[in-house]
Amino acid sequence: MREITYAEAIREALRQEMQRDPRVFLMGEDIGVYGGAFGVTLGLLEEFGSERVRDTPISEGVIAGAAAGAALAGMRPVAEIMFMDFTTLAMEQIVNQAAKTRFMFGGKAQVPMVLRTPAGSGTGAAAQHSQSLEAWFVHAPGLKVVMPSTPYDAKGLLISSIRDNNPVIFVEHKLLYRTTGPVPEEPYTIPLGVADVKREGVDITIIATSIMVTRALAAAETLAKEGIEVEVVDPRTLKPYDDETVNRSVKKTGRVLIVHEAYKTNGFGAEIAARITEGETFFHLVAPVKRLAGLDIPIPYNRTLERHAVPQEEDIVRAARELMAYK
Amino acid sequence: MVDISREKLLDMLEKMYTIRYFEQKADELFGRGKIHGTMHLSVGQEATAVGSIAPLRPNDYIASTHRGHGHCIAKGADVRRMMAEFLGKETGYCRGRGGSMHIADVEAGNLGATGVVGGGIPTAVGAALASKLAGDDKVTICFFGDGAANLGIFHEGLNLAAIWQLPVVFVCENNQYGMSMPVQKSMPVKDVAERAASYAMPGVVVDGNDVLQVYEAVSEAVQRAREGKGPSLIECKTYRWKGHSKSDQERYRTREEVEAWKKKDPIARFQKWLLEKGIATEEEIEAISARARQIIEDAVAFAETSPEPSPDTIMEGVYAE
Repeated sequence: MREITYAEAIREALRQEMQRDPRVFLMGEDIGVYGGAFGVTLGLLEEFGSERVRDTPISEGVIAGAAAGAALAGMRPVAEIMFMDFTTLAMEQIVNQAAKTRFMFGGKAQVPMVLRTPAGSGTGAAAQHSQSLEAWFVHAPGLKVVMPSTPYDAKGLLISSIRDNNPVIFVEHKLLYRTTGPVPEEPYTIPLGVADVKREGVDITIIATSIMVTRALAAAETLAKEGIEVEVVDPRTLKPYDDETVNRSVKKTGRVLIVHEAYKTNGFGAEIAARITEGETFFHLVAPVKRLAGLDIPIPYNRTLERHAVPQEEDIVRAARELMAYK
Repeated sequence: MVDISREKLLDMLEKMYTIRYFEQKADELFGRGKIHGTMHLSVGQEATAVGSIAPLRPNDYIASTHRGHGHCIAKGADVRRMMAEFLGKETGYCRGRGGSMHIADVEAGNLGATGVVGGGIPTAVGAALASKLAGDDKVTICFFGDGAANLGIFHEGLNLAAIWQLPVVFVCENNQYGMSMPVQKSMPVKDVAERAASYAMPGVVVDGNDVLQVYEAVSEAVQRAREGKGPSLIECKTYRWKGHSKSDQERYRTREEVEAWKKKDPIARFQKWLLEKGIATEEEIEAISARARQIIEDAVAFAETSPEPSPDTIMEGVYAE
């Protein structure tokens, strides 16, 4: 199978869905001629024209809100917020309008929109362009939250998100855009709410999201040399969340390491840990559930500090070894 | 002389009466403990809702506000289902999930009311965008109050609608207060409509208690929008007779001020015009008023005998299939 980048996979999903369904259109800052801040939408303006690839002013609130309104009126918009940090400017529209519309209108309306946004640190962009805020959105009933870690997942999950009849927050990682992987040319879907076991193992279950999947897989190779077989589970969608796949893995290994880039306090890892320990899976644990997450600080600019602010491969290796001390 | 058929004029009067009686009844039911929560009554503002929506076609859109009962009725909502929603019943527009502030009927073009001031502005802009992209000639009316005009989202919304020439009419119901904050203190400009200049769209001030003035101004704006000439901002100067919501002690205004505005009652004024022009007789007007009262009585009976939603269904409607 051919290999393409994560950014190309997203672009291909957008292109194929726009070709398939005339109701799908794109809007966001600099997505047209500029091709998006990360080049994701390059070429789509030429192919689909400025009616369907709509450059907007710097107005995050109305980008999100107009997407919700257009969705309510029968379209299937894919809006882009240039950095996840800027969703703060659109929060009212996302959380109070898009997320609640269906329920508060008695289940008789739907808001089939996707809000794509790049998250994550590692680009030296400092505190206001580097956050991972997915936990905020998981906390809002009515939203779905998707975080692909590979080009293959990005394409299939984005197609599913566009076809989904709910508002979906689609979180991309900036450092993943140039990573490559095998992706089928034809359109395909990956159901929302189905986790993927990225690597099989028997000793430790690492539950990782987004770029942490990549780091966990690399750590697993190191650990394998020490005789520690890691299973890496990627939830892929935080909401809906696949308890079943996670629990099956935890019952097999008995040791859990949760890794995400977002702040540890009230991060999604806390939810994963709670879900594992509040059910029968608890009795299969041989060690406390361990979380590895971003420090509770704004992302610093300095390269060394920035690296220290979020989990790295060596942190995962170290945490896994610690977990192996429990017998 | 406005160009509206006699039938339509009388229908407008009936809708104004229906709004007035609906809200008076809602107020009464609240007083009797039949309605919980709160409500935002638009008594005194009936002309803005009816005059704005009368120029629309049935499949055009409206986006409403927390003070939105009038908009719903003017858009043709079933008053029985509205009253049922008030009482939190399963037969209500939102199955009792929304209450007074969230009545919606998307299929009938009512994109719903939002309890967040200004929150519906992007919704309306988005619906107008959908119409433009779909190539239909639907128009969206976006209602909001004077308070919303000081929010960032107001400016974002008007700007986007203007640069994209979207078929939306922004109708500001300036009822003089954002809760207790008078417009004179909350804006450095005299009229919200002045702000239209920043977005190169027409900005028109009308007497919001004159249903015909509202109708004419909005008709022109709707026509412009339908012809692809873009958005307009119509500011209707009006007044709410009741407090902001049920908890309002009205410390910020005088009884004299309220009484002065009551003398400008939009219903009495419209009626007087209808009589003077010989369009309706006293008897006909009385019959219209009586019919509106009856509609409300029927609605209350329907709502009171409707079932409560079952807790078994509480999770329904969060997500679409």
